[in-house]
Amino acid sequence: MTYSTSPALLRTPLFDLHKQSQARIVEFSGWEMPVQYQGIVAEHQAVRQAVGMFDISHMGKFDLKGENPLTALQPLVPTDLSQLRPGQAKYTVFLNHQGGIVDDLIVYCHSRYLVSLIVNAATTAKDWAWLQAQLNTRELALENQTDTLVLIALQGPKAAQALQPLVDIPLDNLKNYHHQPATIHLPPDSPFPQVPGWIARTGYTGEDGFEIMVPRNVGQDLWQAFAKSGVTPCGLGARDTLRLEAAMALYGQDIDQTTTPLEAGLGWLINWEKGDFIGRSALEQQKETGVSRKLVGFLMEERQIPRPHYLIVVDGQTVGSVTSGSLPPTIAQPLGLGYVPAGLANVGQEIGIEIRGKVHGAKIVPRPFYRRPKA
Amino acid sequence: MSLEYPEDLKYLDSHEYVRLEGEIATIGISAFAVDQLGDIVFVELPQEGDSIEQGERLGTIESVKAVEELYAPVSGTVIETNQAIVESPEDIATDPYGEGWLMKVRINDDDDIADAMSAAEYQALVEGDI
Repeated sequence: MTYSTSPALLRTPLFDLHKQSQARIVEFSGWEMPVQYQGIVAEHQAVRQAVGMFDISHMGKFDLKGENPLTALQPLVPTDLSQLRPGQAKYTVFLNHQGGIVDDLIVYCHSRYLVSLIVNAATTAKDWAWLQAQLNTRELALENQTDTLVLIALQGPKAAQALQPLVDIPLDNLKNYHHQPATIHLPPDSPFPQVPGWIARTGYTGEDGFEIMVPRNVGQDLWQAFAKSGVTPCGLGARDTLRLEAAMALYGQDIDQTTTPLEAGLGWLINWEKGDFIGRSALEQQKETGVSRKLVGFLMEERQIPRPHYLIVVDGQTVGSVTSGSLPPTIAQPLGLGYVPAGLANVGQEIGIEIRGKVHGAKIVPRPFYRRPKA
Repeated sequence: MSLEYPEDLKYLDSHEYVRLEGEIATIGISAFAVDQLGDIVFVELPQEGDSIEQGERLGTIESVKAVEELYAPVSGTVIETNQAIVESPEDIATDPYGEGWLMKVRINDDDDIADAMSAAEYQALVEGDI
């Protein structure tokens, strides 16, 4: 078993707290991150049934300042950002000229002069270089805030209940994919009992929840305030099983530079009515000819767990491979995501997954695997 | 970490243990392996009657997070597998050296487990930095 760590890795401002809670620490994209505290299953269920928190300070955080940064971003994404108002956010992707996904990200519009981007940890350096090459930095300032801020994801049906006592804004008014600055009230004995923060009703678990950003020097106080109010600390392990049940793509696994939004089931991100954007002509061509493969979700028929890179087999032929797979706690049946030829990408299609030399039955099912009950 | 490594067992660096009683070897995984794996959800063991060869793969153990191969600490014939564990793999965690055993093997006459580690050697290996 290999769970080694190396001293050259990066740490978030919350690292000492993770260590103190005896979290198991692993290497993740150049960072030393907690993979679990008490256990993936317990943490996963805490998020589905109550509320959990994740340290996601390792994710890339860029500010784009100047006159109309959204206009500058328009040619870099297939989504239409022109309708994005201050206080709104949008999930989108950066594409290369072949229509391949450079990264997936969320764009947060603060004002006509300020936009924030939150990108994957593994791709932060790549995105930074790519943005600098693409944007006219004489008119816009691009600031990397990754190291100056702590980002905590608070997720679960009781997330609003846990957060409300700490903030001065009514969370009921903050809709999904909206965000707002807020004053965060930390315990009176904190060195900074009131700090400016920023709250977005976004997340990566399929549950209601918030992503809260504060200056790094108060990150530990906020984490501890949440812990004191009964929020369960969760690691990357539960983050992965939660997002997999919600069938959210993981960059580097389910999507990457070789897969396009049309193949990955992210066609809804493309606004064909907007003007030109990087990758547009490649996507138009792919739409014209039809994609050759598609990302599908499947359930195993028996208790055999599919893992990334396992082969997908139909009629004795290898037709694709698994990109994500697990036995996630809420669904409690092994499931996965993977690419298959477009002709096979139909709900109900039977496929086989080769696991340690044997082919095991699976069936393509609708995504997401899990949808949160309506409140 | 305060994990236990019973003195009467021998350990492999791939985290299996073996308890040798006469010609019967009971095989399981160490408390360290259980701790590292996290929530165990699946175990695949050989059939009773199968011959196993020291050092060869003899099964699989999976947690929500990871899949790990099991390796044979001894050569011999599988005489019993722990069906209770196959059905409730999560129970391995509660008692890895007792109720959480995986299989019993009748070892070959000439089998030699002298290379396996003592509890102290194994503990030093896995918790060396503590």
